[in-house]
Amino acid sequence: MTSSNRLNATFAALADPTRRAILARLARGEASVLQLAKPFAMSQPAVSKHLKVLERAGLISRSRDAQRRPRRIEAKPLAEATNWLERYRKIWEANFQRLDALLEELKAQHNNPRSNKQKETIHD
Amino acid sequence: MTDTGSLKVTTPSDREIRMTRVFDAPRQLVFEAHSKPELLKRWLLGPPGWEMVVCNVASKVGDRYRYEWRNTATGKQFGNGGVCHELVPPERVVSTEVMDGQPGEALVTTTFVEQNGKTTLTLNILFESREIRDIALKSGMEHGVAASYNRLDEVLASGGAQAKSQGSV
Repeated sequence: MTSSNRLNATFAALADPTRRAILARLARGEASVLQLAKPFAMSQPAVSKHLKVLERAGLISRSRDAQRRPRRIEAKPLAEATNWLERYRKIWEANFQRLDALLEELKAQHNNPRSNKQKETIHD
Repeated sequence: MTDTGSLKVTTPSDREIRMTRVFDAPRQLVFEAHSKPELLKRWLLGPPGWEMVVCNVASKVGDRYRYEWRNTATGKQFGNGGVCHELVPPERVVSTEVMDGQPGEALVTTTFVEQNGKTTLTLNILFESREIRDIALKSGMEHGVAASYNRLDEVLASGGAQAKSQGSV
């Protein structure tokens, strides 16, 4: 999967409240499908469906324990998504910081409109 | 107000995203910076390396607006546009917004509230449906991304407390 596809899969996986709750549960430690199904009052196949989506997104993985096949959370894709989002947030902040600078300039013009006109006439 | 300069992103409902930012300037100026092309082109640029090449603003209700950006290195172009539904200078603007290459449209409400010479800008984005919002989210568009950022916070902060309380959905 390319990195942008993986991010899309991560966001899609996080869009569902049950899957977010499953992740929240796994953040406390490994759990089997049976253990995960319990608090949700859902059938095992229904939970397995959600687990598959999370697994495809790389957000969880299965342990080697062949009997229980417990699921555990994978920190890396979550961190990757967070980093990407943080970068995006910085882009918006950069927009607004440019706006801050522009507003300072506009305020100065507003408070002293003549100084600007004088500058123009010098050029003429 | 002490929160000048910090950008707040929240999700008031599952179809909405809200951004709030305080500027140290009267709202007339903040509004002008949002409505005059020569001013918009100086700050609404996105990531480094992009310039705003098309900036057709709506000057009355019913007008279409259109913004386009170009990457100066690659020549890649991106844009969005829509129709103005409400225009109350310098207080409030309501417009639809369609991103190039995206299905569905969002309703964007921008409000400018002045207090003690500072202006609180609120950008509220309402999607037609949760599905449309999720499409925006999957494609990694800005608004969707902001929403998932909130979700990540939720997941990372809850640390499992939610698993018990949340039943079937």
